[in-house]
Amino acid sequence: MPIHTRRGHDGKTLIIRIEGRFDFSTHQAFRDAYEHGGTGIHGYIVDLSEATYLDSSALGMLLLLRDYAGGDDAIIAIENCNSDVRKILTISNFEQLFTIR
Amino acid sequence: MDVSAKESNAESAAASGPLKVLIADDSDSDRLILKTLLTRLGHHVLDAANGHEAVALFHSGQPDIVLLDALMPAMDGMEAAREIKRCAGERMVPLIFITSLSAAEDLARCLEAGGDGFLSKPYNRVMIEAKINAFNRMRLMHQTLSEQRDLMHERNRQLLEEQHVARRVFDNVAHTGCLDAPNIRYHASPLSIFSGDVLFASPRPAGGMLVFAGDFTGHGLPAAMGAMPVAETFYGMARKGFDGADIIREINQKLVHILPKNMFCCGVMVEADFELSQLKVWNGGLPDGWLVRSSDALFRLPSRHLPLGILSAGQFNAEMETIRTCPGDRLLLMTDGVLECSNESGELFGERGVRLAVEGLDTTGQHPFDALMRGIQRFTGSQKFGDDLTLCCLEMDYQEGLAALPEGAVPSILAGPAEWTCIYELREHSLGEFNPLPLLLHICMEVPGLRRRSGEIYTLLSELYNNALEHGVLELPSEWKYTPEGFGRYYSERALRLSKVSDHYIRFSFHHEPMQWGGRLRVICEDSGQGFDFQNHPVLQSTKMEQSGPRYAGRGLMLLKRLAESIRFHEQGSRVEINYDWYF
Repeated sequence: MPIHTRRGHDGKTLIIRIEGRFDFSTHQAFRDAYEHGGTGIHGYIVDLSEATYLDSSALGMLLLLRDYAGGDDAIIAIENCNSDVRKILTISNFEQLFTIR
Repeated sequence: MDVSAKESNAESAAASGPLKVLIADDSDSDRLILKTLLTRLGHHVLDAANGHEAVALFHSGQPDIVLLDALMPAMDGMEAAREIKRCAGERMVPLIFITSLSAAEDLARCLEAGGDGFLSKPYNRVMIEAKINAFNRMRLMHQTLSEQRDLMHERNRQLLEEQHVARRVFDNVAHTGCLDAPNIRYHASPLSIFSGDVLFASPRPAGGMLVFAGDFTGHGLPAAMGAMPVAETFYGMARKGFDGADIIREINQKLVHILPKNMFCCGVMVEADFELSQLKVWNGGLPDGWLVRSSDALFRLPSRHLPLGILSAGQFNAEMETIRTCPGDRLLLMTDGVLECSNESGELFGERGVRLAVEGLDTTGQHPFDALMRGIQRFTGSQKFGDDLTLCCLEMDYQEGLAALPEGAVPSILAGPAEWTCIYELREHSLGEFNPLPLLLHICMEVPGLRRRSGEIYTLLSELYNNALEHGVLELPSEWKYTPEGFGRYYSERALRLSKVSDHYIRFSFHHEPMQWGGRLRVICEDSGQGFDFQNHPVLQSTKMEQSGPRYAGRGLMLLKRLAESIRFHEQGSRVEINYDWYF
């Protein structure tokens, strides 16, 4: 299973960690991760430290998460991207929608 | 019939259907025993006494399963087996040898001849029934798979045919533009629309061009369907004189509305003004565009915006970057298919590949489009590439009459208004936020005689409006635009002054009347500004209309003088009146 979820220390943040390729094949697993993440969640962290690749359908999935988490009010951080992944997020200017660290 | 229906049919046949079994044995008694046995099991039997007869019966009777004695006179079982398998071709007809042979070499020869299995003599009813059922299952599975494969081939053929038809429909919408203009070079695969790429180009009514390159997330039909409204919006608005920012705003709005949340379109909009030698670029999510300049280093046009179809109209930023160019400069636009080309060891072409291919080109005189295509070819080591990449090169090269808008239909004298008056006034902040030219053009285009001259009318209106706005209301000196420092200053000052506009207006008054020869349109453009010294303006003074320098205001006035029947200035130039005549 390339996607793992856990709660952050504050108990209100859902951390979704993706391993390997973040592309269309992870669509269902990614969706399950946030839809079945439990209650009382105020924010999300997408941890890409183990992600090697990200394609445009992954960008689409991030948009779905953002929509699920409240659209413009969503609190979502994308963390630990490698340089290739970072580049893709930058070209698409996703820092306007997500906190990228 | 769909696949599952075929499957269930096959299963029911397996359970119940009697089979047509061809048996061949030279021993009359053995043959009779076998025939009786099979008949009792419910099968229909064709019997032959030698290989020749067996082959003949196979042709005429089309059996489902064949049982062959290995050793027979006239034509033995091996030879008959070869012949039968040859006739059966792709159809699977299980062929079982009935034999008393037991040596491994003999049995192997039977299999080589095309046999699928053995039954040993003397006959055993239970074994025969089990073998026949087992081979029949195989036969049916083969039959089902063949049918499914054929169905898939057929479906695939239909799909490709549909895509070609869809492509033709799309072409009629998408390629009404000027991609074939001499200053545009491009590569787009014939079916690129189904890979999600689009490329449009349109001339603008008063000269210049708009180019849009886009890349939808996803492939196939959804991407192609998203592309249709984008094409319609682009061409429809470009023709009516809207500028790049208006069109990109409208496309975004449309895509937000129609696309599901996880789909969007990366795109770049380019507005080229060849007369002013200026490019405006908006890049949202596509790889860097590159301006290849004859006199200067490469200039990068990176993505500064989110892709289209994500942000609501209120959040969307359609601001375009303005770049000064020189004639002969070339702009390269590409979708990420270019960067994602890979070589044999899986490395990507990337931004580095693009840079290497187009850097330092001025010394070789090579066209950047050719250089980049060759670079990709060399890198991938393949002549055949680019099914999902789009590459476009626009040259800043203005030629009179280049890619003119197609003229409208032949006008009818009956349709449209002949005598009318219209006053339109734009005030305050709307002066900076709204471009009234498409609307004004639209009003004039109701007159069929003017419709044929949409380019000229648009030019007249835009010269009048821009002159009133930039020099009248905003009091910007046109000289600024012609030095590199002044260029930037002109545009930042323009934006600054627009934001502070107060107590200002621009008013258009139209009056159209029919004439013996056709019609006359009178346009009066008034603004609240201070006007300018038209008495001493070189263009208006000189009878030869020679220019003393590249003064845009001068050029604008010259255009007005050339296109209009008459032009008059009042109120220190803040009120301009022109008469424009059209003829049957």
